[in-house]
Amino acid sequence: MSRVRYYRDLVGVLLVKELKLRYKLTVLGYAWSVLHPLAFALVYFLVINRVMRVGGVDFLSILVTMFPWQWFQNSVTASNNFFLGNCTLIKKVCFPRSTLVLAGVLNDAVHFVASIPVIVIFMLLLGTAPAWAWLIQIPLLVAIQLAFTLGLALAVGTTNLFFRDLERMTAIVTMLWFFATPVLFRTEMLVPAGLEWMLYVNPMAPLIECWRRVFLDGVLPLRLAALAAAWAALAAWAGARIYRHHEWRFAEIV
Amino acid sequence: MSEPIAGPAVHGERAGADPGRGGAAVRFDGVVKTYRVDDTAALGLKYRLLHLRSHLRDRRSRRAFTALDGVSFEVRRGECLGVIGRNGSGKSTTLGLMAGVYRPTAGTVSVAGRVSPLLELGAGFHPDLTGEENLLLNGILLGLTRDQVAARRDAIVAFAELGEFIGRPLRTYSSGMVARLGFSVVVHLDPEILLIDEVLAVGDEAFQAKCMRKMESFRAAGTTMVFVSHSMTAVSAICDRAALLEGGRLVAIGPTAEVVAEYGRRVRGDAPPPP
Repeated sequence: MSRVRYYRDLVGVLLVKELKLRYKLTVLGYAWSVLHPLAFALVYFLVINRVMRVGGVDFLSILVTMFPWQWFQNSVTASNNFFLGNCTLIKKVCFPRSTLVLAGVLNDAVHFVASIPVIVIFMLLLGTAPAWAWLIQIPLLVAIQLAFTLGLALAVGTTNLFFRDLERMTAIVTMLWFFATPVLFRTEMLVPAGLEWMLYVNPMAPLIECWRRVFLDGVLPLRLAALAAAWAALAAWAGARIYRHHEWRFAEIV
Repeated sequence: MSEPIAGPAVHGERAGADPGRGGAAVRFDGVVKTYRVDDTAALGLKYRLLHLRSHLRDRRSRRAFTALDGVSFEVRRGECLGVIGRNGSGKSTTLGLMAGVYRPTAGTVSVAGRVSPLLELGAGFHPDLTGEENLLLNGILLGLTRDQVAARRDAIVAFAELGEFIGRPLRTYSSGMVARLGFSVVVHLDPEILLIDEVLAVGDEAFQAKCMRKMESFRAAGTTMVFVSHSMTAVSAICDRAALLEGGRLVAIGPTAEVVAEYGRRVRGDAPPPP
């Protein structure tokens, strides 16, 4: 029991450290982190809708998926350095290293939740309103995305200790992944192109589609949510396995 | 102050054995530690894929570096053991095995008690956080729960002699102040086995004298200490016994004066004595 309490305290203090560094030390801490996905959503909307004149894509639809995507991408990119960036500690102290990953991913999760009001403001400006069902739907989706991201972050953080160029590869892969995930387009658009199968091989596709339906319609598509949860369970299991298998060598290799 | 400290106390489990009360605090039994010498590790995945064939071929004959080669000794409960030897003789590996960050390749390492490593200057500190915030972070990283750090907070601040600086970011501290805070956190962990790796070289003379006094009081209180140092003066001053490592082997262990003298003979034997 005391081990659990210790783990919780350690994750807590590491998370508070990350959040303090993120929000306290720059005057515009919160604004900077919100402006990033906001600017992305706006630029993509302008290019697709106004320059390329592709119909069926509206600003809100991009906005509500850009925020959860950015959480995922930021965490996976940062996970390259969760262990490597703490090498002096890992070499000397025998604390549970997975706390670094948990705190790092939770940092982005907290920030995502904190930016939901921004999504609400834009919804109200554009004439839609939040739904009461969010109170159940959003925590559920946060939990699914947390599990999936944690699994991947554990795997990436561990692997990067052994292959130091993984960081560059992560940048390329997440960029390709972004365009293969229905952030800029809607899932229905895949059907006429014969690309429906992408929904099933890309773990982020059902999750992002769930976010869109929840934010725009207040409806959680249960089949897609179950698919996303299954991917999350698989990723969490595999990530934990990779981490546990190599944890004992961390101090030697960093 | 008597509550058990949860912390990273997994050390006993490593060997699954308690050497027993009144016996050894730490016991090494035929400990071998080898590291893989992996020349391509830093070159990354791209390099390995491009040189897959030669990589797989070399895999079989990959060289291993032996840092410790069949080392057996005990650290008695309550004693201060100095570990001396040249660079690369295996001192830091020994300490890392005691701290539980390394796993022995062969043999067993048994540790009975809670281990506290004394970190090098500022390790685990963040310059943009205040002394207060760093104190909490460091205390928990080293094995205390939040409540336990809170209970020790005043004593840590008082010992570190930081005054109002405790509320300011660490980047405004002098290196001596950082060292005082780090040392103060560790000495308030109520360690049972204290690992000290050459940290007393930092800080001014007054601080070093304070560290030495604190270590004396630890010894009086029956804390087991393992002290790695190149300073024969410091080792002779605080250690009851010393262990001399050479090329990953234990070549001498016994009363400090004898082992230090042996080290001096060996150093003079094939190289001019250090100034």
